[in-house]
Amino acid sequence: MEIFELTIHQLHEKLKKKELSSVEATTAMLSRIKATDEKINAFITICEDGALAAAKEADSRIAKGDGALLTGIPLALKDIFLTKGVKTTCGSKILGNFVPPYSSTAWSKLEEQGAVLLGKLNQDEFAMGSSSEGSAFGPTRNPWNTDCIPGGSSGGSGAAVAAQQAIATLGTDTGGSIRQPASHCGCVGLKPTYGRVSRYGVIAYASSLDQVGPMTRDVRDAAIMLGAIAGYDPADSTSVDRPVPDYTTALIPDVKGLKIGLPKEYYIDGLDADVKKAMDLAIETYRGLGAEFVDISLPHTDYAVACYYLIATAEASSNLARYDGVRFGHRTEDAAALKEMYMKSRAEGFGTEVKRRIMLGTYALSSGYYDAYYIKAQKVRTLIMQDFLKAFETVDLILTPVAPTPAFKIGEKVSDPLQMYLSDIFTIPVNLAGTCGMSIPAGMSSTGLPIGLQLIGRPFGEETIIRAGYAFEQATQWHRMKAVL
Amino acid sequence: MRITQKEVEHVATLARLKLGPEEITTFTSQMDAILSYVDKLSELNTDDIVPTSHAVPMENAFRADEVRPSLGTDGALANAPDRVEGFFRVPKVIE
Repeated sequence: MEIFELTIHQLHEKLKKKELSSVEATTAMLSRIKATDEKINAFITICEDGALAAAKEADSRIAKGDGALLTGIPLALKDIFLTKGVKTTCGSKILGNFVPPYSSTAWSKLEEQGAVLLGKLNQDEFAMGSSSEGSAFGPTRNPWNTDCIPGGSSGGSGAAVAAQQAIATLGTDTGGSIRQPASHCGCVGLKPTYGRVSRYGVIAYASSLDQVGPMTRDVRDAAIMLGAIAGYDPADSTSVDRPVPDYTTALIPDVKGLKIGLPKEYYIDGLDADVKKAMDLAIETYRGLGAEFVDISLPHTDYAVACYYLIATAEASSNLARYDGVRFGHRTEDAAALKEMYMKSRAEGFGTEVKRRIMLGTYALSSGYYDAYYIKAQKVRTLIMQDFLKAFETVDLILTPVAPTPAFKIGEKVSDPLQMYLSDIFTIPVNLAGTCGMSIPAGMSSTGLPIGLQLIGRPFGEETIIRAGYAFEQATQWHRMKAVL
Repeated sequence: MRITQKEVEHVATLARLKLGPEEITTFTSQMDAILSYVDKLSELNTDDIVPTSHAVPMENAFRADEVRPSLGTDGALANAPDRVEGFFRVPKVIE
């Protein structure tokens, strides 16, 4: 097995037993990135010197017997996470030269453990998109088929795991941006419950929905990463003050007696045949393992996309007001007065999708439309949350597809934003409800593209979906399949 | 039409975005399509529903008002497009 194919837990064992050093592992990852990234474009920034220095430090920590689970593990981050001294663009021209003066809490926690930062990963600009085509630094390509999108917005984070350029990565998920690329790239993607992981130092898109989570090769790695980044942070007042369990104790290959809900609104006629087949097989697998299935209804599912695109764009229009060319980011060279400077700096710095969402959100918040659009959407959000709470009175978790189709072709949906928005139809409701969801590999399309299944848990029910995901993984081989580059 | 070109121009000014004539035309038709789609929310009667602004029930988060380490002037100004003597410099404010 090549070094770059290892999981976190496998590499950790090798580092601990001194079969391998972190410098060797990091060097192997850096050459893998160099050999493959021309095809994939998963990285915006590669931190060669910093990574090797961190690896050296990790090796001395391990030599002293002071190693943690992530000490010396080469990771990469979506370029939405602030990393002190390392350029952070959020996929945007407006932050093209931005070097943050501090780090996000999520990265600081990994860094304290001695993790190695390989680089910063491509994404849709400001995390607005489902295909990673919206990056100012060119599209990322799917390692399974480079004509296809890797999903988005954390497309670089999914592609880097699938292309074996990083052992694991972090992404963010506002409407599916971890789970959908995980599904399209054949890796594990976990979106924790809202409030579980601090967003301090994570560039904001829609603050009532954004959440940080891991993208990994298997469920055990996702449990390790979640345990490392979760927890209350005084610097993020929306993070929740409750104890962080050892998620690896939830890795039990047993689902006997678990009640799994199948929402009828997710198993619709328009579902792709290969996706349908993968879901049927997954249900059969779980049944064989002793899980019990219950037909449920989430009656307001059909309203989720509309609800999301009002709430998310409204919050985005407010959050992105800070990019005004005054304190950081791009400033136009051609403005005589302040207002003109604002308008031109923003027009030059933002890409089309970001402008479209700012426009839509500003409209939804503007005088005369606020009640009809924004408040209405917040009320519908209540109904969607209630759907989930009611379902969780009778089931322990919910099983659905992640996306209605496997990865689509680059360029296929660029000209029709509404069609692009509808590709998030199965992931958006989880963000609106504020609960947790995980995508795990569960099949292959007839054209050789991965298909993921989504396990949705109760708020703070990460242990249940980790247990169910792990049991499925132990019973199947999908997570072992590798993209050939 | 749910939104006119004139309204789109007004929203662009509110959002501080200088849009060209082509962008105005494209956004008008795209926003019109999206707004037609989101109109499906009006199918639901939400008269007695409380709006949700936050997914996790939470009281106000207070903290003690204490002096703590901060970025400092140089850190805060490090990314400034234009600075002078510890300040951000901008073009003239009054037109």
